[in-house]
Amino acid sequence: MQQIKEDEFSKQFDFELWKKMGKFLIPFKKLALMLAFIMALVGILDAVFPYLTKYVIDNFITANQVSGLGWFAAIYAGLVTWQALNILLMIIIAGKLETGLSYDLRRIGFNHLQELSLSYYDKKAVGWLMARMTSDIRRLGDIISWGIVDIVWGFTMMAASIVFMLAINWKLALVTMAVLPPLIAVSFYFQKIMLKLQRLVRKINSRITGSFNEGIMGARATKTLVREEKNLQEFQKLTAEMESSSVKSAIYSALYHPLAITLGSLGLGLVLWYGGAGVVENTFQYGTLVAFFSYAVMFFGPVNNLAYIFTRMQAAQASAERVISMINTEPEIKDAPEVKAKYGDFFTTENPRGPELHGAVDFKNVSFSYLKGEPVLKNFSLEVKKGEKIALVGETGSGKSTVVKLASRFYEPTSGKILIDGTDYRERSLFWLHSNLGYVLQDPHLFSGTIRDNIKYGNLEAGDEEIQKAAQTVNAHHFISRLEKGYDTEVGEKGDLLSTGEKQLVSFARAIIADPQIFILDEATSSIDTEMEKLIQSAIDKMMEGRTSFIIAHRLSTIRSADRIIVLKDGEIVEQGTHQELLNHKGYYYNLYLGDAEEGIV
Amino acid sequence: MSQLTYIWKLMKGNRMLYLTAVISLFLATIFATISPMVLRITIDSVIGEEPLELPSWIMSFYHNLGGREGLLGRLWIMGLLIVGLNILRGIFLFVRGKLAAQAAESMSKQLRDNLFGHIQHLPYTYHVRVKTGDLIQRCTSDVETVRDFLAVQVVEIGNAAFMLAMFVTIMYNLHPQMTLVAVAVIPIIIGFSFFFFRQVRIRFKKADESEGRMQTVLQENLTGVRVVRAFARQNYEVEKFDEKNDEYRNLLYQVIRSMAHFWSVSDFLCMMQTGAVLVVGAYWAAQGRLTLGTLVLFTTYVGMLLWPIRQLGRILTQAGKMFVAIDRIREVLNEKEEEDSPEALKPEIAGNISFKNVSFGYEGEERLLDNISFELKEGETLGILGSTGSGKSTLVSLLARLYDYQQGSIKIDGVELSRINKKWLRKNIGFVHQEPFLFARSIKENITLANDDVSEDEIYDVARTAAIHDVVMEFEEGYDSLVGERGVSLSGGQKQRLAIAQTLIRDCPILIFDDSLSAVDTETDARIRQALRNNKKEETTIIISHRINTLAEADKIIVLDQGHIIQAGTHKELISEEGTYRKVWNIQHPPEKRKLLSKKGSVDYAAN
Repeated sequence: MQQIKEDEFSKQFDFELWKKMGKFLIPFKKLALMLAFIMALVGILDAVFPYLTKYVIDNFITANQVSGLGWFAAIYAGLVTWQALNILLMIIIAGKLETGLSYDLRRIGFNHLQELSLSYYDKKAVGWLMARMTSDIRRLGDIISWGIVDIVWGFTMMAASIVFMLAINWKLALVTMAVLPPLIAVSFYFQKIMLKLQRLVRKINSRITGSFNEGIMGARATKTLVREEKNLQEFQKLTAEMESSSVKSAIYSALYHPLAITLGSLGLGLVLWYGGAGVVENTFQYGTLVAFFSYAVMFFGPVNNLAYIFTRMQAAQASAERVISMINTEPEIKDAPEVKAKYGDFFTTENPRGPELHGAVDFKNVSFSYLKGEPVLKNFSLEVKKGEKIALVGETGSGKSTVVKLASRFYEPTSGKILIDGTDYRERSLFWLHSNLGYVLQDPHLFSGTIRDNIKYGNLEAGDEEIQKAAQTVNAHHFISRLEKGYDTEVGEKGDLLSTGEKQLVSFARAIIADPQIFILDEATSSIDTEMEKLIQSAIDKMMEGRTSFIIAHRLSTIRSADRIIVLKDGEIVEQGTHQELLNHKGYYYNLYLGDAEEGIV
Repeated sequence: MSQLTYIWKLMKGNRMLYLTAVISLFLATIFATISPMVLRITIDSVIGEEPLELPSWIMSFYHNLGGREGLLGRLWIMGLLIVGLNILRGIFLFVRGKLAAQAAESMSKQLRDNLFGHIQHLPYTYHVRVKTGDLIQRCTSDVETVRDFLAVQVVEIGNAAFMLAMFVTIMYNLHPQMTLVAVAVIPIIIGFSFFFFRQVRIRFKKADESEGRMQTVLQENLTGVRVVRAFARQNYEVEKFDEKNDEYRNLLYQVIRSMAHFWSVSDFLCMMQTGAVLVVGAYWAAQGRLTLGTLVLFTTYVGMLLWPIRQLGRILTQAGKMFVAIDRIREVLNEKEEEDSPEALKPEIAGNISFKNVSFGYEGEERLLDNISFELKEGETLGILGSTGSGKSTLVSLLARLYDYQQGSIKIDGVELSRINKKWLRKNIGFVHQEPFLFARSIKENITLANDDVSEDEIYDVARTAAIHDVVMEFEEGYDSLVGERGVSLSGGQKQRLAIAQTLIRDCPILIFDDSLSAVDTETDARIRQALRNNKKEETTIIISHRINTLAEADKIIVLDQGHIIQAGTHKELISEEGTYRKVWNIQHPPEKRKLLSKKGSVDYAAN
């Protein structure tokens, strides 16, 4: 099985990249600063507590007196309360920052995705985009907010501890700090390996989930292909891989903690040896010794957290890169600034429709290629009058879907221009065209929700009466009213609770309720039963009535009711005319129609 | 606790490993207990002057080192002792971690393999009725829950329990009253965290569900991007997404807020606990009722205990989930697998098929097939026409024994179908479905799923026959392109063609095409059928279709309606009689076209 190269570790810590990410933090500047401030307080207070222990020992225990102990207890309790409040605030603020930042990133990402051209979607799998918008952004929100917590806390606590230690006794402080360098080295080393292994385990785990998915969803395929044994064998290979990687990952964690403990105890031993002697010689007090016991083992926390957060940040760089590159992708097709200034855009609804659209479409010497040097359309010209019905016919790859995509401005001509009502459509807004466009796809995509919601998608203001009227026009009302919940029937994800034909009818209703001036239909090839076929055909006829229509046609009835048939071959018009004209002509269409094997386009 | 018995059964083969892990855990705890005692002795009896009271063998060791005087000059020995004890503790911690992981991982591997193998062998009727999402969850997150319980929770709970027991015993022996002060908040913290995590689970679930809703909107927007653009609904979509995005943000924030409450309260309790030990201890120590070393030991123990104790509540709630997970897994494993009797036959299959008065329906429901009879000789082709729900898919499913018929008789080469081994039978039937399932592998691997003992040329051949070769060659990675989410996305028709290639490479004596060219355009459909005809050996073929052209070539055609055969005959017979077949024929082949074709000299059409 092929491995997907993602989530790889980037080479070095990339400050430039994190600076770019920092841009998204600007709205949260105050929160972030507050968080950093609180974390510094938490770190300092953490370093104060061992000092309090020293105070207790030296002033009460070894002095054998308790006067003032009450005051001490009160101060101690006060500090504890303060620290607890700090922790409360820190988690709340970090949470606010995390959720706010990921919300913002998702919002920005989603808005941007709405503007990116369809050519972008042709190149990127939906799964890829989903991963950017979910796990990558989640990871970034997490790392950035809790990163601030860990980094500020780790550094201030270490700094404060060192200051306290040096102030109490600089020699003992230096002895205690001897374990710090190896602790740092070990922590960074292990955190890096552990993260790598955990990711490997997660990756295998998602493959296992995928296999279960296939084993369950593909049960019928497995049975009819008699692959039970082979599937299990492959699965067992995967689980064996999972077992060995998980154990390996567990071994590293099982190694790290003991090592850290040993290093901590080394510090403790050093303090005991050097500091104990000092107490005997009366150069230190007992309290100093005990305080240093605490300091010696206290470094583990911040060092561990810093190692953890820095390795995570390094690993998250890939996420940051992907999210930033998605957000920074320029849409290939967008309104020119002048157009935007005049009509506004999708997100400002003031007069975006512009002047009324009538529906005359004029292709003027249009050429187009998806890839440089591979033209799909060559010098294509076609004048379509308002209300004319055009059927596009030709083999796969002849360019008929390209014509439709260009007409709907999902793509723009590489050269030449397309005029709508006599004006180059690039001089008007995308919204102007699209809000006057009815577009029905081969594979109708419905949104989860009710049938009513889906029809309403074509006209958000439509009332129940209009919805029903639209459904009646396209022959959908009959089957809908037979459903138990009628228009309130849930269609399921992607509309999967409806049959293919039913989905198609609902998508027709959705198109017609928008009352478009230009109508585009990529006729489905799927064979559905005869009853449904008849309903669909008459629905198509009604939809085309009085509208400029482009139809990639497969059904004979559609072709025959077209005003003009455009026969395409290799990106050029080879013939055009009505069905009868073309048959009389006995050319390419005639042969296409009758076909070699007594089959036709129908 | 049948669940625990089940876990015990699962542990078979790993029990020794697990036992050693538990013993190591115990030993590690003992060493963890000793090292603060060394500190105490050093403070009180080496640096200080308290008399030592220890077992005699340690005392003799102590005297050998020169007693207090000797150690005082060589304090490094005490330091080294602490390091040594911690190294020992570390070694046993490592052993514990490694063995517990090995045992748990090996058990979860077994559990996963069992589930996977079992599910593969469950009857098709089970798969039809089960909710796939739920089943997948049982196989993944429920197994994960069990694994976590074995690898993490048992160890953590054991760790906390051992520590608590050891520490309390020692503390109690040293100073009973002080012990009371030292453990005062522990029950409160355990109870608090237990109830807290039970509560927060509900909030977690809410946030998770909300995230799911947000992802659904996102996914639908991305897959439906063309619809969004075509209706210029970007603004609407942005608002829809923003609503879910905002809802998720707030719910997640609620979760984090509750976590903030939990951690601040429990931190407060823990720090107060340490403070209480320190202040009360100081009070008693100042009065000489407690030595400094003992106080240090108490604070160290309390410090070591608080973290695992605070986690205990969370771990206990998670462990509770294990019981539910085990039950859900066992429910799946208890389903009965598809079985063949040991006497099931594996006859050589030539392809003579006969249905005699076959009826089929689910219990208590209307019959899906009623009294179906037909005969098909080796090498013949049967065409089936019928509307949705007429029973045509059920009919071919019976033949592959995906369902078992209840009445009548189906025979292949004279052998009753129910006596033939299921897998043997399916190996001899090439079944192409209308909505084929492709595996997330390369195109080549998908073609060779059921027969990977083939050459590249054979793969290309079947791909050409199925009219998919040219499409594949256009992909950047050709036959190595991955299929599905992560790779190339295929249209419905392309999937169907790939499935045909996948079936052709198997060389089966019986072929079933269950409306498997429905999403292919008519030209390609014709091309494929032409190629199939040219390659045809002696396969018996059943073709379900709505296209008369596809059916016309069949030796026999039956028309199904609501589980009954309403018409049967050849194409010529059926178009000359009144009925559904002719009605459909007239729609698909208007007289005008027939006239043109007959002029062109096609015999078939001229006859009309």
